This record gives sequence, structure tokens and C-alpha cells, in this order.
Amino acid sequence: MVNACRPLSLEEALVMRSREATTVFAGGSDLMVRYRQWSGVTPDFSGTVLFVGHLPELQRLDREKDTWKIGAACTITQILQAQGIPDHLKLPLLSMASPSIRNVATLGGNICNASPAGDTLPMLYALDARLTLQSRDNARTVAIADFITGPGKTILAADEILTEITIPPGDWPRVYYKKAGTRRANSISKVTFYAVARFDGDRIADIRMAFGAAAPTVVRNPAAEALLQNIDKNQVPAWLETLTTHYADALRPIDDLRSTGKYRQQTALRILAHFLRRELA
Amino acid sequence: MKIKLSFRLNGESITLATEPLKRLLDLLRDQLELTGTKEGCGEGECGACAVLIDDRLMNACLVPAAVLEGKNIITIEGYRTTAQFKILKSCFEKAGAVQCGFCTPGMLLAAEALLRQKPKPTAEEVRAGLAGNLCRCTGYNMIVEAVLLAAKEGEGLWSTPVGL
Ligand SMILES: Cc1cc2nc3c(=O)[nH]c(=O)nc-3n(C[C@H](O)[C@H](O)[C@H](O)COP(=O)(O)OP(=O)(O)OC[C@H]3O[C@@H](n4cnc5c(N)ncnc54)[C@H](O)[C@@H]3O)c2cc1C
Ligand code: FES
Ligand code: FES
Repeated sequence: MVNACRPLSLEEALVMRSREATTVFAGGSDLMVRYRQWSGVTPDFSGTVLFVGHLPELQRLDREKDTWKIGAACTITQILQAQGIPDHLKLPLLSMASPSIRNVATLGGNICNASPAGDTLPMLYALDARLTLQSRDNARTVAIADFITGPGKTILAADEILTEITIPPGDWPRVYYKKAGTRRANSISKVTFYAVARFDGDRIADIRMAFGAAAPTVVRNPAAEALLQNIDKNQVPAWLETLTTHYADALRPIDDLRSTGKYRQQTALRILAHFLRRELA
Repeated sequence: MKIKLSFRLNGESITLATEPLKRLLDLLRDQLELTGTKEGCGEGECGACAVLIDDRLMNACLVPAAVLEGKNIITIEGYRTTAQFKILKSCFEKAGAVQCGFCTPGMLLAAEALLRQKPKPTAEEVRAGLAGNLCRCTGYNMIVEAVLLAAKEGEGLWSTPVGL
């Protein structure tokens, strides 16, 4: 039988979580599809469902100096509408789902769902986002790249809740997001690519790039990014081949979608080439 | 397990007992006998089940009962008593935007949500606003046209609250 608990505070939710096996329910846009049965029949969750979407502690959205702290249960719509939210955070969110989904889908849910195609993930990897995981007696902060370990897999412990996402400061005048292939509830984006850059005159002062859906987890390659550092943006095309080899190794086709693996790798590399040749210069 | 739940539905306060994970869609159609909200896909893709919850467009097939506590819900049955609906209805008729009608309740509520945010939308913005609503009949152009027409004919209406 399904139990449900709608705690009134984060503390109460964490106590609940420490006592029994629970499914954390934020916006439910992944969970309601995952556990759906058929018309008229209540979705088949097992165990206790713990509703957290309404908790004020998870709804904060603050800017401290230039660091953004986003409560895990902020919806995509809330983030898009927040005062002063920079374009480099907005761009991937704008291409995520439809308005009615964005009104329920939370940032924390997108992260914990850990789909290789999650639209917020390449951005969070590229920007070195950090996650606060809280349990009744403890809190720890981890890098997003250490949090997600595989498709649908994270290091979240059974008694923890993701409470906050921290985006370190960064001035990124150049932002690019490409989503190849349409995203439907039951299919997955072919490949996603997110990049930000900052220039000093014509010189690349800093650049970050990340691929989604092209491997079991998001692919970022700091060594390849370092190659582009300090070079003149007009010289970038000359580096294309070197960069392609750097990324080709990391862009491994996803196991359970083998048939399209090759296509994904090629698409990913083509997007990279397009970005470096046409968008960056 | 059943829980007791109170919320506002189409302007009336309602208290009822239900399973916490029952979909709002089933609650509306089976328990409350409001069948204007349609089920197309049952998984968030088609928008036939769209309703307004606290003025935001949401798909009733993805919303479980437990999250409705204290919320203000508007379905097509409530919306059709408003001035905004009257304009949209006449513009949908004029533009030929209704064929089988299955998508129409969701389309109207999506149009309402859009016009409230952007009272003078471009065609592009209308398409983005209706992106979560599928129509198998019209090919969308007539629907976009209807919403643009409503923005013109109902100018000013979308800055006043839905009278519910
Ligand atoms: C029609 C449709 C279209 C979609 N389109 C897109 C798209 O274009 N791009 C995209 O990226 N996604 C898309 N999605 C997927 C989904 O909307 C997103 O992944 C969303 O961000 C999930 O958030 P949620 O709050 O609804 O998650 P939920 O369903 O509530 O939860 C998802 C998972 O995360 C866990 N969880 C949630 N919050 C927490 C927390 N605070 N702490 C610990 N665990 C937590 C849950 O236990 C669950 O395992 C789509 C879904 C649908 C139905
Ligand atoms: S039935 Fe809810 S979106 Fe299709
Ligand atoms: S009119 Fe038939 S689905 Fe839109």
C-alpha cells in the first residue's frame, strides 16, 4: 500500500527520511510518468512518497555577491522568472519541455533524475555547480560531476535530500546551447551541447564545454578546454582536429541505445565543430 | 490510505477524501464528474488535460491529489464562465480553430496562461506558449491565428483577474 507524507518543514522531511525508505517527490514530472498505470488507476508507487515540492526551505533563490544559490524545489519557471538571472543560466532552461511541464519540473528533480539527456546538466557541469545534500544530522557539499554516477544513478543516500544548488560566480558573455533531436517523455534528446566563453579582446580568456546524452554521464574535458585558453579566437579552427580526438574518446555511445551510438558521437562532434568554427569566432 | 483535502475549484471551496497519489485528472473526471478536462497521452505530452493551478498551466495527468491542498484550481468548466473565455471562444470560431474539439479545453487554458503573461504576443510567442498542446486536426495555424485575434479583440482583458 502506498503511504504519503506531506511534511511541513525540511526538518520533518529529513526525520521521515531517516526512519524509512521514501521516494522524494518534487514536481513529479518524471515520477508520475515512471509509475503511471492506466486511465483511472492511481500511479503505482511503492513505499512511502515524501512530498517536498512545497517546502519553503527548498524554494529559496538567492544571489550572494555573484554566487547563485537555488533551492532544489525551485521550478524551471521560477528560475526563468527570477530577477537578474543571467543568460548563461537561462538558455538551456528555455529549451526544456513545454510551459506546463516547466511549471512543475524542478531543478533538483532534473539533477536527481540523472538522465543523460537532462537539459540542465551540461550547464551545471560546465559551471562547476555544487550540490548540498542534507540528512537529519549532517550536510555535505559535492560537485555535480561526483554526484551523478550513471544514467539514473547518483550518490544520494537513502536519508538525504538535495536541498540547494550553488552556481559559482562567472561572467560569461558568450553562451551557446544546442539540443539535437526532440525531447519527448519517452524518448531522449539525441545530443545536447552547452558552452560558455569569455574573451579578452580576441583572446579566449576562459571557455567551458559540456555534452549531454552522448555518454552515460555528461562529458566535460578540462584538458581540451585548457588547449583553447589564451589562444586567439581566429586560430580556433586550427585546433579542431586535436580537439576532436580529445573528445572522441570520451563520447561513448550509451549502452542501452546502442543502435544510435555512432550517430550520437558523430552528431556531438559535428556540433562541436560548428560551435568552434561558426559560433565562437 | 485516504487523505482529507481542501482546495478551491472553479471558485468554490471543496473538501474531499481521496488517495494521495490519485491523479487530479481522475479526481476531476471520475470523482467530481467534470469531464471537460480530457485525457490524451496520460504522460504530460499532449496538454489535453491542462488546467490552471494558482494561475499556472499544469497537466492534470501529472499532478497527484496530495499537492492540491490549499490550491486554486480552474478547469474549463469554470473558465467558460469568464469574459476571457467568451473572447477566445468567438475567436476560435472565427479562425476555424476547432475541429474534433478534443484538444480545445487544454488549448484555451494554455492560451489564457499565455495571454496573461504576454497580452500582445507575436505568432512565435503563441507557438511557444502552446508548445505543450497537441492537436491532431487543425495543423495549428488556425489556433495560432485565433489566439492572435483574441489578443487584439480582447485587448486589456488579460490584465484583469479571471473572475473566479
Ligand atoms: C512531457 C515531458 C517533457 C519533458 N521534457 C524535458 C526536457 O525537455 N528536458 C529535460 O531535461 N527533462 C524533461 N522532462 C523530464 C522532467 O520534467 C525533468 O527531469 C524535471 O526537471 C524533473 O523534475 P521534477 O521536480 O518533476 O522531478 P520528480 O519527478 O519529482 O523527481 C525526479 C527524481 O528526482 C528525485 N528528486 C526530486 N527532487 C529531489 C530532491 N530535492 N532530493 C532528492 N531527490 C529528489 C525523485 O525522487 C525522482 O527520482 C520532461 C518530462 C515530461 C513529462
Ligand atoms: S493527458 Fe495529460 S498531457 Fe496528455
Ligand atoms: S481539434 Fe481535434 S485535436 Fe485539435
